[in-house]
Amino acid sequence: MSNELKYLSERAARGLLNRRSFMGRAAALGATTTFASTMLASAVMAAGPVKGGTLRVGIQGGSSTDSLDPGLSTNATSLQILRMWGEPLLELAEDGGIDPRLASEYEASADAKTWTFKMRSGVTYSNGKSVTAEDVKATIERHAGEESKSGALGLLRGIVSMSTDGDRFILELDTPNADLPYLLADYHLVIQPNGGKDDPTAAIGSGPYILKSHEPGVRHVFEKNPNYWNDDLGHAETVELLVINDDTARVAALQSGQVHMVNRVPPKVASLVGRMGGVKVHSTPSAGHYVFIMHADTAPFDNKDLRLALKYAINREEMVDKILFGNGTAGNDSPINASYPLFSEREQRTYDPEKAAFHFKASGHDGSVLLRTSDNSFPGAPDAAQLFQQSAGAAGITLDIKREPNDGYWSEVWNKQPFCTSYWGGRPTQDAMFSTAYLSSADWNDTRFFNEGFDKMLLAARAELDEGKRKAIYSDMSTIVSDEGGLICPMFNNFIDAVSEGVEGWRTTKGFDLMNNYAPLKMWVTA
Amino acid sequence: MGPMFKLISQRIALGILLLLAVSILIFAGTEMLPGDLAESILGQSATPEALANIRAELGLNDPAFIRYFQWLGGLLQGDLGTALSNGQDIGPQIGKRLGNTLFLAATAAVIAVPLAIFLGLVAVRYRNRWPDKLISGATLASISLPEFFIGYVLIYFFAVKWRVFPSVATVYDSMSFLEKLNAIALPVIVLTLVVLAHMMRMTRAAILNVMQSAYIETAELKGLSAFKVIARHAFPNSISPIVNVVTINLAYLVVGVVVVEVIFVYPGMGQYLVDHVSKRDVPVVQACGLIFATVYVVLNLIADIVAILSNPRLRHPK
Repeated sequence: MSNELKYLSERAARGLLNRRSFMGRAAALGATTTFASTMLASAVMAAGPVKGGTLRVGIQGGSSTDSLDPGLSTNATSLQILRMWGEPLLELAEDGGIDPRLASEYEASADAKTWTFKMRSGVTYSNGKSVTAEDVKATIERHAGEESKSGALGLLRGIVSMSTDGDRFILELDTPNADLPYLLADYHLVIQPNGGKDDPTAAIGSGPYILKSHEPGVRHVFEKNPNYWNDDLGHAETVELLVINDDTARVAALQSGQVHMVNRVPPKVASLVGRMGGVKVHSTPSAGHYVFIMHADTAPFDNKDLRLALKYAINREEMVDKILFGNGTAGNDSPINASYPLFSEREQRTYDPEKAAFHFKASGHDGSVLLRTSDNSFPGAPDAAQLFQQSAGAAGITLDIKREPNDGYWSEVWNKQPFCTSYWGGRPTQDAMFSTAYLSSADWNDTRFFNEGFDKMLLAARAELDEGKRKAIYSDMSTIVSDEGGLICPMFNNFIDAVSEGVEGWRTTKGFDLMNNYAPLKMWVTA
Repeated sequence: MGPMFKLISQRIALGILLLLAVSILIFAGTEMLPGDLAESILGQSATPEALANIRAELGLNDPAFIRYFQWLGGLLQGDLGTALSNGQDIGPQIGKRLGNTLFLAATAAVIAVPLAIFLGLVAVRYRNRWPDKLISGATLASISLPEFFIGYVLIYFFAVKWRVFPSVATVYDSMSFLEKLNAIALPVIVLTLVVLAHMMRMTRAAILNVMQSAYIETAELKGLSAFKVIARHAFPNSISPIVNVVTINLAYLVVGVVVVEVIFVYPGMGQYLVDHVSKRDVPVVQACGLIFATVYVVLNLIADIVAILSNPRLRHPK
């Protein structure tokens, strides 16, 4: 490598030379474009984050009805807002593990029933008050209370008692749970002064930024919290979130340089966007999946052969190609994929019209099967339903498709009608995913899956601290869901984000899109 | 003044009655929507306990007519109520959004209305010759294309290719007036193109209609120039149909621009209404509906009054 090129890349990384001039000079020195840009990228990483500047994010999901109450936050925009001003006790790490945040360390008793968290010392809220263990207790109390409207309520069942001891917060559970740290890393659970009991929408927290301007569904402006304790988060001086719900408008804003990054690039255009100059598309595998769900206790889907017939009648690879445009992976009729920490491979179920026809005949079902779908059940759901109709038709199974309105789909169709399209965003652990939707007593048991053996295995795995054993139990549970359950899971979707060349510092991260929503905090503005 | 005053006050009374009827319609309509607010707030993450808690707190268990009269009572005292979804007062929120919508509509109108009338006059002056055909052809083409298509084409060229105007038209308080105008340039162009044809065609038709009259022939025989005949003699007598179509288009600029707002991410009333409809935020939907209805009724009232005033037979009754 020529010294001149190295010198130039370092200058470019420090912002003394713009990217275009660097690429030009690199070409003059005989370097290929790919080589020069790889070199620049590593030089930028090595030079470290640049502080200051204004970082603009074009983000999908916000609406003028959004509340600042962390418990009521449901969409990508309100989650991003929480990441800016608040901090949870623990956080999902980039590799899917757990990072301590407001707790500096934590430990479990040998039976995984009692958990102790030691608070990080010297951390203050944006109003100057110190963050205490009492605040943590109050926060959990608010989210888990009987009057709670929090989206995290379902995660916080089974707490027997909470107490504080100086800078320690102690939590006791009625049954052992090795995954408790993952539950406390839930995005709703940002720590607020007195748990937010006084004013849940005050947006006062200990996060890297302070909310300066808040127009729900339009624009949110944040400025750096000068007293923030962690130097690794929050490089830009100002962060602006622009809510852009229209897909084309969001991509256009990135193209025209009005924003530095956008989330949820439509899979259809992802490869086209990637070919544009000055923009980089990141397609990150996720635990999110698109599903066809049958109520396993409702006729005709209470018949195992009919369920298997439909599972063999779907062409998973074709869906990944035509619905996700390659931005995803084939599913295996279990909600679990390689994104989960304790995942193990199982034999892949494939499209097999003969087996489908065999099971369909064995089921004794006569006539067609009604499938309900809507545009908002997942992107491309009506198209996916038609692909399913064709592949099932080849096996002699007639699917009737009923298109339902977007409006009211989640209240009138999903979890009410016996066969429909839907999606799941995934959960940080297998325990959380299974207890949310596959445990007999789960509120969102949207496949009406009642299996005693499965429930017992779930509780056993939860109390098991030996990873090898847990892994084996989880694998068996996936097999049970896949063979017995009402879930047809053809594909896991990737999160597709795009960033401009004006920012650096992207790292592949598990969790949600935009680096688990840490991209605005971990990336920095270069130009 | 007597009969005219009576006519005008009749119109205003009729307008108020209409608004009351509209308020009942709006209320009934929102009641008929599927699903309820509590389910929409929590979305897919609703649990039965959380749903019950939210319903009790928001008073969703009261019967519909009681909620209607409570709302109407508050309204008459100038209180639009509290948004159910985020607990904020509706008044200030709507005020801001309405201000934005009116700003966009006014800017578009300031360009579109004079332009449409001028083009209409030119078209009449050169009727059936190439300027007339060019104007008619171009405006008809722009009204025939869906507005989102025009919007995307403009974004592609003006924002992405040439970077003249921003594609995102978000405006906020700390912007200067010129910055705001720059931000809304593209939506204003789209709206102008969309409303131009209707007004221009109506101007042309109304004036052509008057041009058949005997007094126009007299004016021509007096030796006045063709444009002067149209502007001074024909135009004043065709004001009433033109004002009608202009007000309909002004109303459209205020209430019908949801698509343009979404494409250009403009924080106006349309987007605000859509957000709250999908959350079943009934008080906000009703307030928006009523404001939209008021805009229509008031603009039509103005059109009627202008028509009355511009008609000498009504101004000087025998």
